Amino acid sequence: MRRPRDAPAASRGPWGAARPMLAGEGAAAPVAVDEEGGAIWPAIRWALCRDLRIALRSRAELGVQLLFYVIVVTLFPLATTPERQLLMTMGPGVLWVAALLASLLSLPRLFAGDFADGTLEQIVLSPHPLPALVGGKILAHWLTTGLPVVLLAPALGLQYALPADALLVLALALLIGTPTLSLLGAIGAALTLGLRAGGSLLALLVLPLYIPVLIFGAGSVDIWRAGLAISGNLSLLGAGLLLAVVGAPFAAAAAVRIAMD
Amino acid sequence: MAFNWYKYASPAAFYPLAGRLVPWFSWAAAILAVLGLAVGLGIAPTDFQQGDAYRIIYIHVPAAWMSMFIYLVMAFWGALALGFNTRLSAMLAQSLAPTGALMTFIALWTGALWGRPTWGTYWAWDARMTSELILLFLYLGVIALRNAVEDPRRADRACSVLSLVGAVNVPIIYFSVQWWNTLHQGASVSLTAAPRMATIMLSGMLIMALAAWCYTIAVSLHRVRSIILERERGGAWVGALPEVCSG
Repeated sequence: MRRPRDAPAASRGPWGAARPMLAGEGAAAPVAVDEEGGAIWPAIRWALCRDLRIALRSRAELGVQLLFYVIVVTLFPLATTPERQLLMTMGPGVLWVAALLASLLSLPRLFAGDFADGTLEQIVLSPHPLPALVGGKILAHWLTTGLPVVLLAPALGLQYALPADALLVLALALLIGTPTLSLLGAIGAALTLGLRAGGSLLALLVLPLYIPVLIFGAGSVDIWRAGLAISGNLSLLGAGLLLAVVGAPFAAAAAVRIAMD
Repeated sequence: MAFNWYKYASPAAFYPLAGRLVPWFSWAAAILAVLGLAVGLGIAPTDFQQGDAYRIIYIHVPAAWMSMFIYLVMAFWGALALGFNTRLSAMLAQSLAPTGALMTFIALWTGALWGRPTWGTYWAWDARMTSELILLFLYLGVIALRNAVEDPRRADRACSVLSLVGAVNVPIIYFSVQWWNTLHQGASVSLTAAPRMATIMLSGMLIMALAAWCYTIAVSLHRVRSIILERERGGAWVGALPEVCSG
């Protein structure tokens, strides 16, 4: 049984002023914890809205991350060959690897800003369930970094001479797969919070965990082009997503607590 | 209960116990390794398909087994460390990681040496080799995270979370790589060429596996003693140890 506390989580505290004060933040935060299970949905919604609002106020940063994706995808034909047949073969893989790297590059955004200005400490101290708050942050992270990659991928796939139906499959696989990347990445991002070797260490921790998503995601386009059913691959991606949705917020929340100690 | 296991959850009580156990396991590892190598390299017959190149399995297979098993043991101690907040569990997990990485590396290296004469290539994107390589990355990630975190208690718990997440992922990675491999190249290279291994070969391999077990236990106990000394250096009992006093 949780004891209801009236302290709104993140909008208070001496560090709040370090970030742009967000209109409505204070109003959204004080969710009464009136039931035994805590206020899960309001907590998710609050974290989601707050992070989305912050992201929308630093649109340039998001744009730079998308440009990174575009540039990495553009490098591969220059490094190998402009031959259409080869580009078609490696296109899905390149787009997926670039999506992994773009996800990796954007992971520090997830907690680092809140960690630096003390908001994360307030979030941990709040009476709301931490996995729900972390889950909301992860969802916001995916909406601002993963979803644009999904939407951009078909356009970049045209550079690789992929036919329209393959582009659709690619986008669908990315749509199911990229949330898993954000979820798994959140664990690594929380574990490396405040460490000096953060960036490269994050890559070492997270990229091996991304491999199954990469295999099933990039493989689904190959299977489609071979004329086979892609439902198996998409189902496996979906299963991975469900497993990550169930487990990752808790692991990431545990990692955040460890980092805040 | 006649024997109180909880007593040895304390580093002060475990340190002398580990010290007493290390020579036993070291000698067992040495004797078993000599025995296993004698059986494997001397007594076991030459394979009619692979010639003498197959004899590397006496190193390769035990190392590969240990590489996977040690990860699970490490995750187990990590889970205990998280669940019960015991310091010694985390120290044991820490002491196992380098040995696990070493075993993984040996498995990969000997696999490459075996692959050259047998498959004609040092490296193939075989499902087992690929997932073993990813396992090496997972070990190195745990070790790197340990080194990057300065506060040992935070490092304990962070590494525990990471190794648990990795342990959930190891089977997924294995099956995904296998799926990917069959999709891309069929069974062009696979270790199906071991039809009914002769009993003498199998026993040599099992002896070597036991030797690898004993080696792992001896080395990790030795390492955990060093970790205990380092972490508990402020404790009075460490200052009273003869090896610390005289040094």
